[in-house]
Amino acid sequence: MKNLSKIFFLIILLSGISFTAQTAEKVEYLKTDWSFKGLFGKFDRASLQRGYQVYTEVCSSCHSMKYLSYRNLAEKGGPEFSLEQAKAIAASFEVKDGPNADGEMFTRPGKLSDKFVMPYENVKAAQAANGGAYPPDMSVLVKARGGGVDYIYSLLQGYEDPPADVSLDDGVYYNKYMYGNKIKMSNQLSDGLVEYSDGTNATVEQMSKDVTTFLMWAAEPHLEARHKMGFKAIVYLIILTTLVYFSMKKIWSRVETKI
Amino acid sequence: MSDHEYTPKSNFGKWFNDRLPLLTLANHLTDYPTPKNLNYWWTFGGILTFCLITQIVTGLVLAMHYIAHADMAFDSVEHIMRDVNYGWLIRYIHANGASMFFLAVYIHIFRSLFYGSYKSPREIIWIIGIIIYLLMMAAAFMGYVLPWGQMSFWGATVITNLFSAIPLVGEGIVTWLWGGYSVDNPTLTRFFTLHYLIPFLILGLVVLHIWALHVPGNNNPVGIDIKKPSKDTVPFHPYIVIKDGFALLMFMIVFAFFVFYTPNILGHADNYIEADPLVTPAHIVPEWYLLPFYAILRSVPDKLLGVVAMLSAILILAALPWLDTSKIRSAVFRPIYRQFYWVLVADVLILGYVGAMPAEGLYLLVARVATAYYFLHFLVILPVLGWREKTLPIPLSITEPILGGSPNLATAKKKESLDN
Amino acid sequence: MTDKKIERRDFLFTATYAVGAVGVGAVVWPMIDQMNPDASVKALASTEVDISTVSPGKTITVLWRGKPVFIRRRTQDEIVEAKAVKMEELKHPEKDEDRAKNPEWLVMLGVCTHLGCVPLDQKGEYNGWFCPCHGSHYDISGRIRKGPAPTNMEIPKYEFVNANTIKIG
Repeated sequence: MKNLSKIFFLIILLSGISFTAQTAEKVEYLKTDWSFKGLFGKFDRASLQRGYQVYTEVCSSCHSMKYLSYRNLAEKGGPEFSLEQAKAIAASFEVKDGPNADGEMFTRPGKLSDKFVMPYENVKAAQAANGGAYPPDMSVLVKARGGGVDYIYSLLQGYEDPPADVSLDDGVYYNKYMYGNKIKMSNQLSDGLVEYSDGTNATVEQMSKDVTTFLMWAAEPHLEARHKMGFKAIVYLIILTTLVYFSMKKIWSRVETKI
Repeated sequence: MSDHEYTPKSNFGKWFNDRLPLLTLANHLTDYPTPKNLNYWWTFGGILTFCLITQIVTGLVLAMHYIAHADMAFDSVEHIMRDVNYGWLIRYIHANGASMFFLAVYIHIFRSLFYGSYKSPREIIWIIGIIIYLLMMAAAFMGYVLPWGQMSFWGATVITNLFSAIPLVGEGIVTWLWGGYSVDNPTLTRFFTLHYLIPFLILGLVVLHIWALHVPGNNNPVGIDIKKPSKDTVPFHPYIVIKDGFALLMFMIVFAFFVFYTPNILGHADNYIEADPLVTPAHIVPEWYLLPFYAILRSVPDKLLGVVAMLSAILILAALPWLDTSKIRSAVFRPIYRQFYWVLVADVLILGYVGAMPAEGLYLLVARVATAYYFLHFLVILPVLGWREKTLPIPLSITEPILGGSPNLATAKKKESLDN
Repeated sequence: MTDKKIERRDFLFTATYAVGAVGVGAVVWPMIDQMNPDASVKALASTEVDISTVSPGKTITVLWRGKPVFIRRRTQDEIVEAKAVKMEELKHPEKDEDRAKNPEWLVMLGVCTHLGCVPLDQKGEYNGWFCPCHGSHYDISGRIRKGPAPTNMEIPKYEFVNANTIKIG
């Protein structure tokens, strides 16, 4: 009987090995320090603000962010632009509104309550303008990709010349980190592409990190509140558990059984 | 229900209790004689009650903000996550709560398997438990469809298509389930309705489960019948209440860790992509708690037989009280069954693992072997073991092993060697 | 068991109960607060209205926070009438000057203070508004004159952005 269980543990071990072998085949993502990881992780405000700049100046011409509103930019735990800055950002966009009293649609400057302006009217229009590939909405993109922030950070820097045995169609590019290595988005970032107002050197690496941080916040706007509350909740639970443990000891001491 | 007569002290209490004996019920519950040698594996009943209530309360809150419409479901979930006050917290508790619920229920079931809690006279408790488990799976599956992401949509498509395996009427049933020619808005709205209903059915069954438990009383690690109330029992309150409370708090620490620090780790990234009927995700997997059954389904090459195998894997549990022919309840006194028990645990874990892997090559082979073993365990090993196994002598009362310390496996073993 | 021991045990139980109760409270609050207006609702708190097309003696109704707001351009006669009312005649005394910053424009929440119905324009015994639900009469300043409503119709926070635009909220 002992042998039987040994056999099964061997099988588990084997499958464990094959699992690690499988993951080893995958490309290792580029690593960087994310300030928002860990029990007390918080966003780097300056990085979020720079990331927003990269998004607006580079990504937003194709990628929508339909779940974000301009007011979010001034909210706690986000880029924390001042209310005036956020209002100015909103007002710099033309928002379609209406119908007015005459039944006409009209445009007006954006307000804080408006959603981020979308680059295309609808998915079909986006596909038509991008050779049939829909540039995905970026509101929850980080959570919608298995590798999360590391994947996106790597992808943005993963453009390479294709190996000799890979042939690419028109409008398809080679990316080391893309699933299947073929991507319909061309390399968007180059050193000095944007001019950061805080003077940070806009290298490809820096821009990738900033915009990925921004996307992480966009997907998980309450991350800071979550980490903060989580720490309090767990400390509280540990205290209560300790108290209950000693109460239990006391109560059970009335009967002889140990627990 | 009551083992003893109870008379309230106050006159009003008497008057009320004569008309509606709630006080008698409350008294029964507080005084309920519980074996005092129950170990921590017995605390999961209380933990499961907590899980059910948590899911119902957070679910009610989510239903106040969720919109069950194919065009708006995904948006409304994002609205909950972003704008509703504490919406993110409530949704993460609900989503991770489902996983915690299943974690607890699996521990509860395997505890029952180890200590033979399903055996006479507790067969009805066990069967009600299996029905609760089936309903939990239905509720969890339908709940997973509601956010209307890619996994929701394709999970719903794949699972509802299982019914097409039924000869002759299968296709008709699938169309009827969908309310159309594919999973679409009518499917979503009916899933929402049923997802809302099922927890209350579960709640009712839980009452029956506990009622049926209170007739013979709890089984215990030694697995012998005890006299109650006696020196082998303690009143439920405060002894078991505080112990369950302590275990529940430990459980909540784990729960909180998931909710606050890795809220999405148990879910699938593809479910943050809005449902698209034109594109299937590369690799469809159910939530982790359904993986063993998914592996059984895929290990059979025939469509109908695969479905039959999967359903049988669950329904066979209902016949367990009669498949296990041993008169001894606790595995502590069944040295050979104990081995097979751990092999079964490993087997189910393996099934879960291969269920998450693509159904090809070595994985498929392992899944087939593990599936075959699963049925072998219940259909052959258990009945044969019942009359061939040489069991250890069982003590006359639970006080006997208690004197040697806590009646867990290790100490029982130690005692065993001391006796020899 | 000595007295000291009992005391310590009691303290332990009391502390456990107290800490437990704090936790229950902390869990209950999110369940209650989730029903309060959410962040997107709060963000829609103000609305701008173009009033250039409203002629004297006419009322327009606009939606603000899901409720009707009456914007009436009052005639000279109406203004005189509103100002002439003596305070002692009023159930809820308020001067017309305090209700209409610019006497030509009355901006008021079109909700009866009795039970929340929308009163009808230019109806009732006081030449103002009349609530059909339970018969409350309001004058041309929106003040309650007769009927069950306890107070005058509410004036929301508003400002003139320019001569033709009012911002409510």
